[in-house]
Amino acid sequence: MANIDTFVASRPAATVGDFFALMKPRVMSLVVFTGFTGMAIAPASANILTAFCALLCIAAGAGASGALNMAYDADIDGLMARTAARPIPMGRIARGDALAFGWMLAVAAVATMALFVNDLAAGLLAFTIFFYVGIYTLLLKRRTPQNIVIGGLSGALPPAIGWAAVTGALSWQPLLLVAIIFLWTPPHFWSLSLFRSDDYARAGVPMLPVVRGKRSTRRHILVYALILVPLGIAPAALGMAGPLYVSAAVGTGGVLLWRTEAVMREADEAREPAARRLFTATIVYLFLLFAALLAEHLGGIAPLHAWF
Amino acid sequence: MDANERAARQRKRRNWAIAAVLAGVVVLFYLMTMVRVHP
Repeated sequence: MANIDTFVASRPAATVGDFFALMKPRVMSLVVFTGFTGMAIAPASANILTAFCALLCIAAGAGASGALNMAYDADIDGLMARTAARPIPMGRIARGDALAFGWMLAVAAVATMALFVNDLAAGLLAFTIFFYVGIYTLLLKRRTPQNIVIGGLSGALPPAIGWAAVTGALSWQPLLLVAIIFLWTPPHFWSLSLFRSDDYARAGVPMLPVVRGKRSTRRHILVYALILVPLGIAPAALGMAGPLYVSAAVGTGGVLLWRTEAVMREADEAREPAARRLFTATIVYLFLLFAALLAEHLGGIAPLHAWF
Repeated sequence: MDANERAARQRKRRNWAIAAVLAGVVVLFYLMTMVRVHP
């Protein structure tokens, strides 16, 4: 009995909040939001409980991916200021516990999706988790500066999962949203890596500013932003969205390009204030794009072509 | 409150959270089964 008590006392005293933090709640909320948008714009209706179950599975799948990412990257997280306060490097959750928690959650999310929603949505969810953990975290992150470009596919897929959960099929509309998030990822993470480049260098993560330098990173951000903004308007041009969406896509797209241009001219390489502002602008951009799409569909606002 | 007492409290909270999640899963599975049986 004494041995068990000693064993229990030697374990890190993790709180419920620590396990919640392990699931990367901010990333999870964005994933749920884009997944819900995919469900809402789909040309079919699902039982409200089935829709809730699908959203829960998407959230659990994202949480599982976050927990597994933190477990496999605990060594480098401890070396970076941005991630040093995470539960595993802080010693509040044991790495093995995080792995068990993450894999259990992943299997439960995919199995529940397959049981109660449909096989396509479950397959896409399984692929998303596999891609984030197996391809991005374990294979690409420590090997190539293209890590977040390729790995971005996993973060881009939730609208397709949401659409598939409702319709049981895929079409070009959710894939267009996937493409938008896919192209949004590099400017978002490369702007972060500009003002956190010391962190990444210390941890030996080959982010673009560490491997190719800041000048090259700024050029890469510009190229992706120049492709992203027109693609962001495409849903309206292709009959998927209406005037509210166009206003959001043009307005926030303009701000995104303006912020990108400031990053190109940045002189203060120590603090990178323009990159910090671009990082915020990318979050606002994606949120407003999907919020406008959602508002139009829930509010019954007709697509752009119906207005002329 | 000493460290052992704090750890015991946190463990108790975790146990309650696990119980709540399990209960939620049971209710969800029951409701979803009803939805599948009587669409």
